[in-house]
Amino acid sequence: MVMTPTAYYPTTNIKTSSWRTSKPVIDYSKCTRCMICWKFCPDVAIDINENPDYEAPADRIKKMEAPFIDYDHCKGCGICANECPFDAIEMVREGEDK
Amino acid sequence: MKAQNVTREIMTGNEAVATGVKLARVKFISAYPITPQTAIVEKLAEMVSNNKINARFIEVESEHSAMASTMTSEMTGIRSFTASSSHGVLYMHEMLHWVAGSRLPVLMAVVNRAIGPPWNIWADQTDSITQRDTGWMQVYCESNQEAMDSILLGYKVAENKNVMLPIMSMQDAFTLSHTSEPVIIRDESDAYDYIGDLNLPFSIDLKNPLGYGSLMPPDGPFMELKKDMRDSMYRAIEVVKEETKKFNEKFNADFPGLIENFMMEDADYALITMGSMSSTGKYTVRKLREKGMKVGLIRILFYRPFPAEEILKSIKGLKGLGVLDRSITFGQRGAVYEDVVTSLYNKTDIPIKNYVIGLGGRDIRVKDYEKMYEGLMEGEDSMEWINVGGK
Amino acid sequence: MPTSIPKQELMMSGHAACAGCGAVLAMRYVLKALGEKTVVSVPASCWAVIPGNYPAEVLKVPMVYTPFAATGASISGIREGLDIEGKEDYNVVGFAGDGGTADIGLQALSAAMERGHNVFYIMYDNEAYMNTGIQRSGSTPFGAWTTTTPIGKDRTFKKEKKKVVADIMMAQGVPYVATASVAFPEDLIRKVKNAKEIKGPKFIQILSPCPPGWYHNSEDTIKVSRLAVETRVFPLYEYMNGKFNLYKTNKFVPVEEYLKIQGRFAHLKEDEIKEIQNFVNERWEILLKKEGN
Repeated sequence: MVMTPTAYYPTTNIKTSSWRTSKPVIDYSKCTRCMICWKFCPDVAIDINENPDYEAPADRIKKMEAPFIDYDHCKGCGICANECPFDAIEMVREGEDK
Repeated sequence: MKAQNVTREIMTGNEAVATGVKLARVKFISAYPITPQTAIVEKLAEMVSNNKINARFIEVESEHSAMASTMTSEMTGIRSFTASSSHGVLYMHEMLHWVAGSRLPVLMAVVNRAIGPPWNIWADQTDSITQRDTGWMQVYCESNQEAMDSILLGYKVAENKNVMLPIMSMQDAFTLSHTSEPVIIRDESDAYDYIGDLNLPFSIDLKNPLGYGSLMPPDGPFMELKKDMRDSMYRAIEVVKEETKKFNEKFNADFPGLIENFMMEDADYALITMGSMSSTGKYTVRKLREKGMKVGLIRILFYRPFPAEEILKSIKGLKGLGVLDRSITFGQRGAVYEDVVTSLYNKTDIPIKNYVIGLGGRDIRVKDYEKMYEGLMEGEDSMEWINVGGK
Repeated sequence: MPTSIPKQELMMSGHAACAGCGAVLAMRYVLKALGEKTVVSVPASCWAVIPGNYPAEVLKVPMVYTPFAATGASISGIREGLDIEGKEDYNVVGFAGDGGTADIGLQALSAAMERGHNVFYIMYDNEAYMNTGIQRSGSTPFGAWTTTTPIGKDRTFKKEKKKVVADIMMAQGVPYVATASVAFPEDLIRKVKNAKEIKGPKFIQILSPCPPGWYHNSEDTIKVSRLAVETRVFPLYEYMNGKFNLYKTNKFVPVEEYLKIQGRFAHLKEDEIKEIQNFVNERWEILLKKEGN
């Protein structure tokens, strides 16, 4: 067989976290699970946690899936923090968090 | 060899190509019209519309798109075909590289026609010769029979698992494309038996989603891929030989293969030719032989891969050799000449002369051949223009 | 989940797009709408680089890379080949930038649409040649700075109006034409799904902001997209089965709101901004009339 310029290696294996200067941190006490952050993430770096109890602050949203940040792939663009209607996401400079 | 009912038909080169496409069970045809290729696609469109061939035909808006759509349909695992000529071939230059680099065994029929300016629709091989570095195999036909047979044989060689390179089959404008000759129509079931179905191991598949041609950095296998293409091109030499043998046995045919030697056994002087001009050359050889001159002719069919070994064998014992170029290279000698000289470097000390001939459909006459054979006896390795400026 | 956006991700993380890239959002939404029975073809463009270096691939569907001008012809060949094999239920998508669509690929696009292949052509419009470093395209709007329309002494910003390819496609009679925005993914996905109902050629132009090319902050990609629609700079419409539908914005938002958060328009003077407002108003009136007819 000859060599062909065809290939497949999923990019999920490639980490892009070093691109980041700031990282989004979700304040789950404010998060209403509206998933707007997930919807607008260009890096597909906000995942859905199917566990209904995940960081649920109140019974009201206990039955809902929660967003969580995939810090291996987040490039820190800040769209999620900018678009969150509840100010539940804060951009924290890398190295300045505890 | 088994006895066969031989069907002969009088047909033009263009019709012979279209019939070859039908015999090869091509399933997708995409083309853009250009004189003198048009009759090929007209004939195929007619066959499709009358259900004489089980294929789809689309007429696109440019040769670039013709080659692009032929390429991607081949990528889905469908045997695909296009035809072009002259400026059309130049217009698809980028796609020719892309098809070969993608290792897709596409076949294109090229009717060799001059490149302008000025406009000129007659025979000249500059269009395909300038595509020699695209990674396509090239076969030049002398007869309408070869125009048909090279389609079947061409797909078979191109689709060989150790080759996987596209191929273009050339016939000279009008001399073959629009001239009628008797052609033996190969038996349809024998043809299918010979060529089979295309089985592309990397065709588009949802279960195995691949990227086709993604960005490759310098440390990726870019050079390795190019090297593999070149290695495959060299492997094609043996494949052409094997497939020619099989083809001739299957159809009781006499397709010459990489090259044809004409009256070369005891020749002192020989000319190397390509395409339909060879027939006048052969006629001249017979004529000069009657006068006692020991001359012969070597016809190159496969220009890519270049049959260096075969030519070396053929020229043994010659006192003089000439190479005819029906194409023009500026600032160097002819392309075929260059390839012959490179192939023979350090392996022979006979003088090799270059003749530029027949550009833009300029007539190639018996007296031109006589002059060229006489020129060989001068023992020079010069370059000469033939039938130019009234001389 | 309180959103109608399909969960399935056919575009993966780990790609090489810039932070805040609109073009990856466009791809993400289109694939969410179409599902996994899809084949994508991309020409030279940001999207030829976004999947990363060989052997990386970012889509979970086959991806065919082609030369710049070849998108229209490429999807034609894939479509015909798949149809011959009886795979008529596969979606075939050409995904090209504005340079590859409005400029070098326009001929192949127009012809593919005219031939009527059952294909999607998605133009992700970031309004310049971004992959090569922000050069002007036919789709760059009036007033924009690019590296080939520098401001300089003579203020040689782009003086010509944007060529709107979707309008050309409508004029040509393509059965489905729409414009969409990454700020309105529900609308975008609905349009792709509507298009899927039509057996024939489909053209969708998606405004896809480019933070480094438009000189806006990466977190403002959605905000800029939304303002483009609200200021009517980039009107959203759908043309299907001969019916033209314009998305009407509620309130008047001056174009300045859109322009001022982008560095590429920072040099514009008051009268130039007024000129842009006039263009926008004129085009809006034309589109309203078109809907009325």
